[in-house]
Amino acid sequence: MRPDLKAIVQWVPQGARVLDLGCGDGALLRSLWQEREAPGYGVEIEDDAVLACVANDVNVLQVDLESGLSLFADGSFDCVILSETLQTIHRTELLLREMLRVGREGIVSFPNFGHWSARLQVMLGKMPVSETLPYEWYETPNVHHCTITDFEDLCRRIGIKIRERLVLHDGKPVTLMPNLLGSLAVYRCTHG
Amino acid sequence: MNAPHDPSSVGAATAQKARFTEPLRLRGGAELPTYEIAYETYGKLNEARTNAVLVCHALNASHHVAGYYAEDKNNVGWWDNLVGPGKPLDTNRFFVVGSNYIGSCFGSTGPASINPATGKPWGADFPVVTVEDWVEAQRRLADRLGIERFAAVIGGSLGAMQALQWTLSYPERIGHSIVIAAAAKLTPQNIAFNEVARQAIMTDPDFHGGHYYEKGVVPTRGLRVARMIGHITYISGEAMAEKFGRVLRRGQPGFDFDIDFEVESYLRYQGDKFSSYFDANTYLRITKALDYFDPAADYGGDLTKALARAKAAFLVVSFKSDWRFTPARSREMVRALLDNRRIVSYLELDAPGGHDAFLLEDPRYHAALRSYFANIEL
Repeated sequence: MRPDLKAIVQWVPQGARVLDLGCGDGALLRSLWQEREAPGYGVEIEDDAVLACVANDVNVLQVDLESGLSLFADGSFDCVILSETLQTIHRTELLLREMLRVGREGIVSFPNFGHWSARLQVMLGKMPVSETLPYEWYETPNVHHCTITDFEDLCRRIGIKIRERLVLHDGKPVTLMPNLLGSLAVYRCTHG
Repeated sequence: MNAPHDPSSVGAATAQKARFTEPLRLRGGAELPTYEIAYETYGKLNEARTNAVLVCHALNASHHVAGYYAEDKNNVGWWDNLVGPGKPLDTNRFFVVGSNYIGSCFGSTGPASINPATGKPWGADFPVVTVEDWVEAQRRLADRLGIERFAAVIGGSLGAMQALQWTLSYPERIGHSIVIAAAAKLTPQNIAFNEVARQAIMTDPDFHGGHYYEKGVVPTRGLRVARMIGHITYISGEAMAEKFGRVLRRGQPGFDFDIDFEVESYLRYQGDKFSSYFDANTYLRITKALDYFDPAADYGGDLTKALARAKAAFLVVSFKSDWRFTPARSREMVRALLDNRRIVSYLELDAPGGHDAFLLEDPRYHAALRSYFANIEL
């Protein structure tokens, strides 16, 4: 399992109602059900991923995150998860606000563009390609890259309180100079 | 077309009839003293009686869901691409029941049947029936077949409305509701199309207020126009453009009122075909059943409250090119189910077929149904 997903499973309380935005094939939701007895729904737009969710017996809703979360009532989830999807969203601020409208708590993970290898590649005049940023510039689904510092600045500006942060590289926690040495960041946040 | 030896066909199907002598009290207040339901079944009911799936049909279909008739091998069931051994709704695993609604012209008691009170065809006197009435009649058929609980009820369009109504009328008797290309109520625009179709029929001089059977005539002109209007709404503008373009049948404009464009020829053909086998009184009643369906009406228009009774798990499917029942109508149902914390999955497929896409074999659509059925625990 992807290292950020392991962290997310541990942060979700037993029996919590979960919404996983950009849920892919539903693997996280399955683990949450098996390990935490947390029922939930996934939101996914890609046909193949939606079909995989149905095959995995995971509740999936094929709607576009860019239009907000109008299907979901205020406060209807304990936990809303956005794992490695933030960077693919055009209307980032709207979605973060929507997450904390429908959920009491949000969990967000994203590849850290501040990692030294990305910085180095840019310095050398190339767009970064790495394990956490696996795409070439011309085929990437990512539209909004950010660093750990950028994300925390945005949270502060729009009134989102960060409750917990885990920065990883190669699946291991990074505590020293996380914005330089971490390639993946995971946050637990609530309304400010 | 399925050849008789096709191993994925259920093979020769047998239409059966169940007769009921307990009167059926209808939502509109009338009562059917006795009635028959035509049905077909495929596969075998297991010993625990847990593997039954009810397939509900839409406007112009029937209980002939899959397979063919031994005496007419070209008469293949309307959802044969979905139902059969090894098909998405696998008859090796499920016992599939197709039942014909009351008011139909294909076997169940309807306007052309004999009214026991007069000894003549019911005609205009046949009562208006509703989706709720059909579910009640299907429930009695289920009792007759020894089915306490359906593993699933599935339908598209008007059939999907029955699949939804089952979760409200008999929440304990349905495990999964599969609601495809549907709406929890018609829009005024939908009703308007239905009304034009009804007016076409009722203003046909051969309609005789619905008592045309005894006059030995059929209001075919009205039925033709009704079908043409319906057909326009079943396919998307893009599909129509792709299929017909602006191709002229005679190569150049005729500057007359014969057929110029291919699409005119197609509509006339569909209208002619339909009016040769469908009953006008049935058409009037099914369009009314569509118009009246609105489970939220009793709850001040609050669909969330209306669906609170439902216990089933749901699969809701819509098609982006469907402008008769748009995806937005399906999302209304999904939202109400989510508000009620029901188990629900929702697919919004980018398939080109319009409303009729539910009858077609889009690989994603069929793959989803296949997986969904495979995951149903018996």
